[in-house]
Amino acid sequence: MADLNTLTIAEARDRLRAGDVTARALTEACLTAIDGADALNSVVHKTPEKALELADAADARLKSGDAPALCGIPLGIKDLFCTRHVDSQAGSRILQGFRPEYESTVTRQLWDSGAVMLGKLNMDEFAMGSSNETSTYGNAVNPWKVDDRKLTPGGSSGGSSAAVAADLCLAATGTDTGGSIRQPAAFTGTVGLKPTYGRVSRWGIVAFASSLDQAGPMTKSVRDAAILLQAMAGHDPLDSTSADIPVPDFEAALTGDIKGKTIGLPREYRMEGMSDEIDRLWAEGRKMLEDAGANIVDVSLPHTKYALPAYYVIAPAEASSNLARYDGVRFGHRAKLDQGDGITEMYEKTRAEGFGDEVKRRVMVGTYVLSAGFYDAYYNRARKVRALIKRDFDEVFAQGVDAILTPATPTSAFGLGEMADSDPVAMYLNDVFTVTVNLAGLPGIAVPTGLDSKGLPLGLQLIGRPFEEGDLLNTAAELEARAGFVAKPERWW
Amino acid sequence: MSIDKDTAARVAKLARIRVEPDQLDALAGEFNTILGFIEQLNEVDVDGVEPMVSVTPQRLKRREDVVTDGNQPDKVLANAPDAREGFFAVPKVVE
Repeated sequence: MADLNTLTIAEARDRLRAGDVTARALTEACLTAIDGADALNSVVHKTPEKALELADAADARLKSGDAPALCGIPLGIKDLFCTRHVDSQAGSRILQGFRPEYESTVTRQLWDSGAVMLGKLNMDEFAMGSSNETSTYGNAVNPWKVDDRKLTPGGSSGGSSAAVAADLCLAATGTDTGGSIRQPAAFTGTVGLKPTYGRVSRWGIVAFASSLDQAGPMTKSVRDAAILLQAMAGHDPLDSTSADIPVPDFEAALTGDIKGKTIGLPREYRMEGMSDEIDRLWAEGRKMLEDAGANIVDVSLPHTKYALPAYYVIAPAEASSNLARYDGVRFGHRAKLDQGDGITEMYEKTRAEGFGDEVKRRVMVGTYVLSAGFYDAYYNRARKVRALIKRDFDEVFAQGVDAILTPATPTSAFGLGEMADSDPVAMYLNDVFTVTVNLAGLPGIAVPTGLDSKGLPLGLQLIGRPFEEGDLLNTAAELEARAGFVAKPERWW
Repeated sequence: MSIDKDTAARVAKLARIRVEPDQLDALAGEFNTILGFIEQLNEVDVDGVEPMVSVTPQRLKRREDVVTDGNQPDKVLANAPDAREGFFAVPKVVE
């Protein structure tokens, strides 16, 4: 029998209900796997006592028959989520020692559903990065390995993708501002869903770029993504941008029938210099959906090229504003001051010591594009381009397109340290296929569909209509079933 | 547009991040790389386009203007690097 930590949520849920496995046994299997995986540096704050306490409570609930879908399911939580009395550092030195007095809405909903918290997961500092290398904890490592090199698990949710791929948990939470759920999922052969902006409450999640941030599930299957999204989603009076609309039954949307659906392939995503492997993967995905009875049409999203530059104005601008709160006064790190230092020196030294290089760079770029004289030229122009990018998608959906199929990433996982000498923009190009979705506020999902010639996983992305995650998940499940991706990393850690 | 050392220093000051003088040249170089990338936005015809305010069409929710929270100074101060007698403590601000 397979180890319990390798189960999917759906399998574990059914076995918990059948009574042939306990939440405690599931949790202990995950805790053992975590303790044996320090080489992956994925779980950065372990919470075994809390996990066992929650597992026992879940077992009692299961016995009494009052058990929601996630009851007894062990999860990993990205460090960006505030969890009461548990370290919540957003991967940053400036929040060292921060133990919130409150619980984020998403994690509160998860614990209310009976889920079990295993610990906090590694991530790029303040979710700014595509390789997990900007983390104050040091990088997480991809469980996939084909030669001597250690590979990135992607970023920013790299601890989450590594933990799910290595079976340290049944599933994990992630967040996605420009691709931070979908790119790491694609790099690790797992499923990652960024919901529609407003579907999931942002309250209690450390803010990076508030108009783009959205939390979502990172799982071993599309069905699990539906189950976990169900528990994460819903209106929250504490987040004024959370959508006050009903949450449908996402799992019930998985009908296995996509006959007659229209799938668009955007010609602008055929990037110059795109590898033959990615091109082939995309064509295979097209064929799979065609075989399932979908109509494939070519579509145009003419402003795609400008998505990354617009993102690198808007996201840093919002970050410079959001990160102004880290001033050494209310929480986290404060620099040691010299005789005669005043409040300004305290701010400047605290932020210089507490923030890493990439965070400093983005805060300062954001400060610059918002400063007097440049606000119109940069920030307002970027917001206008953002409106055009959203309009592109609106027009495609108005033509009757149900979902859009694209590659998830330009390459498979690259080696840790390989981008160290590149300029920052080279790293930003990782998000070229995913960032448009955040700018337009749409749901997007990465599904593993193949291996490259080196034996590393590759994924495709499906983009859906706003608030139609159910339909998107159904199409994704069909793609998943036809791709039949079952490869797992061989254990070396 | 090119950013020089003085502009880099001014931006660092505005962002309240100390940058040592010998690092300003490198910082200005990085800014220029990123801003060079952003310059592409100038190719886009944005005439008559309104800047996006909200990505979802929904109007922001309103609520009654009443107190819904409070009376927990201990929790508010629990993570402060320096809290004294119910207050956040900072270096002297006013002479």
